[in-house]
Amino acid sequence: MNAPVDYLLQLADNALILGQRNAEWCGHAPILEEDIALTNNSLDLIGQARMLYQHAAALQGDGATEDTLAYFRDVPDFKNYTLCELPHLPLMSATAQGDRDFAVTIVRNFLYSSLMVLVWDKLQTSTDAQLAAIAAKSLKEVRYHLRHSRDWLVRMGDGTDESHAKAQAALNQLLPYTQEFWSASPQEQAALTNGSGLDMVSLQSDWNQIVDEALHEATLVRPAEGGFVPTGKQGIHSEHMGFVLAEMQSLARAHPQATW
Amino acid sequence: MSNPALKEWPLWEVFVRSKQGLEHKHCGSLHASDSEHALQMARDVYTRRQEGVSIWVVPSASISASEPNDKSEFFDPASDKVYRHPTFYDIPEEVGHM
Repeated sequence: MNAPVDYLLQLADNALILGQRNAEWCGHAPILEEDIALTNNSLDLIGQARMLYQHAAALQGDGATEDTLAYFRDVPDFKNYTLCELPHLPLMSATAQGDRDFAVTIVRNFLYSSLMVLVWDKLQTSTDAQLAAIAAKSLKEVRYHLRHSRDWLVRMGDGTDESHAKAQAALNQLLPYTQEFWSASPQEQAALTNGSGLDMVSLQSDWNQIVDEALHEATLVRPAEGGFVPTGKQGIHSEHMGFVLAEMQSLARAHPQATW
Repeated sequence: MSNPALKEWPLWEVFVRSKQGLEHKHCGSLHASDSEHALQMARDVYTRRQEGVSIWVVPSASISASEPNDKSEFFDPASDKVYRHPTFYDIPEEVGHM
């Protein structure tokens, strides 16, 4: 049973948009080794997105390709979590200007990877054989992403006063966005119904355990959740999403069908 | 990149064993705060193109090196002792490749 196209797009869009965000560090990371680590992470995510877009394009037909899905859809068509599109900046920064905050990068990668190790693990038994194969490959990658981001989270949280404060601020800012993980979107519902997807709520206690153990080790305090639940996977995004797409898509749109 | 981290973090030497290789070979060095950190960075910097199946990291400060000035007394005396190479023996065929 093939996964619904919109469900594949949700998984792909998460990977592509976070990959695009992490790629912003290329040439700008705090140290050379971390520059390479973050671009490795981006390439893994963009690779995952490609496999998912190729699968979605084949199911969708009608001339769709991985490139039309990545570069020629607009903000309301993207189904990624709002978490993935936020800039590497403290809260309320309206544009992509300003110094990137490494703590935001690390906390986001940690929160997302903690979820995806569980999601890809479950999707290995998806009734969509192609998706199951993509999940098996992606699981290995995201296990390393979790290890990398968790390691930094603990180092920063249990580090100096300044690094602790930055990590705590990033956590306070980003954790509320994870509420979106647990509110089922129409495409997640459809995937669950046809057997290709999974019940996200069933992952919540495992995710909490991964997060709480790491936060404890990092001496960070988990902020209270509640309030606004983001709606990215329904195509209703933050003001930052347009900036991400503008940078990511402009070249492909200026030179459609260019090859190299 | 001029960065205080590069001054504060110790230097590590990285050794990688490739798929075919039996031994770990020195492939470079990097700055990291501790051994676990150094291993992860070595993974990202030196094994991205499937170079390795195993990594060692060693604090550069723990390596004792011979002095360039000692070169003549350390190494030159071996140069006229060709009999130390086992080239004067016929190796029986049964021994095979040595």
